[in-house]
Amino acid sequence: MSLDKVKHIVLVLSGKGGVGKSSITTQLALSLSLAGKSVGILDIDLTGPSIPRLFGIESAKVTQAPGGWIPVPVHPANADANIGALSCMSLGFLLRERGDAVVWRGPKKTAMVRQFLTDVLWGELEYLLIDTPPGTSDEHISLAETLLKNAFPGQVAGAVVVTTPQAVATADVKKELNFCVKTGIKVIGVVENMSGFVCPNCSECTNVFSKGGGKAMAQEFGVRFLDSVPIDPQFVMLVETGRKPVYPVGTQVNGVVIRSASPEERDKDEKDPALLVEKYLDCSLARTFKGITANVMSVVERDVTATAVAA
Amino acid sequence: MAPSLEESDRIEDVLAVPLKNAPTLVAPEPEHCPGPETETAGKADSCAGCPNQEICASAPKGPDPDIPLITARLSGIKHKVLILSGKGGVGKSTFTSLLAHAFASNPEKTVGIMDTDICGPSIPKMMGVENETIHTYAGGWSPVWVLDNLGVMSIQFMLPNKDDAIIWRGPKKNGLIKQFLKDVEWGEMDFLLVDTPPGTSDEHLSVNSFLKESGVDGAVMLTTPQEVALLDVRKEIDFCRKAGIKILGIVENMSGFVCPKCTHESQIFEATTGGARALAKEINIPFLGAVPLDPRIGMASDYGESFFDSWPDSPACKALKGVVNRVGEELGLESDGIVPED
Repeated sequence: MSLDKVKHIVLVLSGKGGVGKSSITTQLALSLSLAGKSVGILDIDLTGPSIPRLFGIESAKVTQAPGGWIPVPVHPANADANIGALSCMSLGFLLRERGDAVVWRGPKKTAMVRQFLTDVLWGELEYLLIDTPPGTSDEHISLAETLLKNAFPGQVAGAVVVTTPQAVATADVKKELNFCVKTGIKVIGVVENMSGFVCPNCSECTNVFSKGGGKAMAQEFGVRFLDSVPIDPQFVMLVETGRKPVYPVGTQVNGVVIRSASPEERDKDEKDPALLVEKYLDCSLARTFKGITANVMSVVERDVTATAVAA
Repeated sequence: MAPSLEESDRIEDVLAVPLKNAPTLVAPEPEHCPGPETETAGKADSCAGCPNQEICASAPKGPDPDIPLITARLSGIKHKVLILSGKGGVGKSTFTSLLAHAFASNPEKTVGIMDTDICGPSIPKMMGVENETIHTYAGGWSPVWVLDNLGVMSIQFMLPNKDDAIIWRGPKKNGLIKQFLKDVEWGEMDFLLVDTPPGTSDEHLSVNSFLKESGVDGAVMLTTPQEVALLDVRKEIDFCRKAGIKILGIVENMSGFVCPKCTHESQIFEATTGGARALAKEINIPFLGAVPLDPRIGMASDYGESFFDSWPDSPACKALKGVVNRVGEELGLESDGIVPED
């Protein structure tokens, strides 16, 4: 099967839509890659795939090879810079027009999810991140079932559950945590996204979607709280236009001063040819995600060792 | 095995026979197959000798017999409005609840909300009725009444524990949506607002086909300004066009944020491609307005209060009232009297 050479499978889940599953997946992948790991992203959000847009590869197409589909490469491995290879698979790559609606009922979605899990030629991967649509329905059930049947013991490391702080969001995400309990998917931890916005003018942090809901939810369910991630419009700009993030002097995120760009750098051409993964290092969130990723890696890799010892 | 790159089902076909899944076939379809889910399945000339003939011929045919019942049940409702977005978390439920509060502020009008988001229902919490349960009686189910003239129906009212996951595949979700339309005693109403989950799948197809006969006024499309969201909204618009759902217009939510300390306005979700305004122009649908991001809207939702009542003087409240009035205009209502000018 196509997952044979994948070491760890990590799901990114949320009961709520628009909390940033895809952008968290993207940043986890970039951080893992920066840690020298080879990473693949499988986007099973069939009716609203965002991964192609976030990596700026919307026009890419999947190539068919004997035995399966070849995922779309984002960047190759660079051993000198300790950067791991990154590739993606998404339904977005199979559509004729980017605005085409994919109107599918459950059985069709189930078939596609199964196919994505069995027919993509990932090659050697240390991490496969699976980005999901919101909810606990066809895609999720099929994903859980197929992994249960096909993955080898310890391969599915668990799920990173994403929420935003407000109660309306955590109410839905709690359902997702219960889904994990019922389907036996381990929760690696909870990430609270969109946790506060720092005004670029006066550096005042406003909790636009309240604060602390993710941590409280993690405590209630007895799962690890990974971190809270503030809103950074510069990250949106980076993925939407490819512009390197720049910050006004003295910007602080989670109490850490962010390096600000020099005026020459700021006026530079928007289309910087550098790779997304290199530009991401300038994003204020890169530091936050380095911590989250280190945490995720230690949990995942420790568990695998524990399974091996037990066996 | 090499994966199939087969053409996906054409949307037109899915819409033509929306509630039926193709029966499981035992052999590939022959060249001139009429389609396993169509009226003539198993009976056409090309079916002779096909190993699937028996299966196709015995599959249930014809329109859903429950649709006339739904039409009868909903006959007392004057306007039916869908709230749609391809993207999650853009404010569909928040807007639905605010629209309901605005319409219900006229005591002469009766408003209902039907929450078709089965896996992530938000309406009950936003309306402050999260802990209510459904009352059943001989005639069916009664909606949960938030105000004398504002009733709500959601799966949340049926859960034994409020955090229970609803792990359902499509057909089960469709069944519940049908019950919400067929068995709920909506009665005489001026507006029924249908809140939907993100995407273009079972729930949307069901709502569309169940309501087709009784008539839907149209859909209000919600989005946030950034292209990642607009991309999914384009798909939803494509769906509406193909399904023949009229688009009343598009609302841009979370459009700009004014810092409470220095009043500097930031574009948190920057409209790099022009936002909803440009999209509306591009595809020629009405632009209903932009609502700024105000943390107090989310707070009011968390506490189940009406933002209109809590912060009547805020800029976001004024923007929302403008949008509500535009929705009213698109519905062909007299523009005065939708939102009282107090």
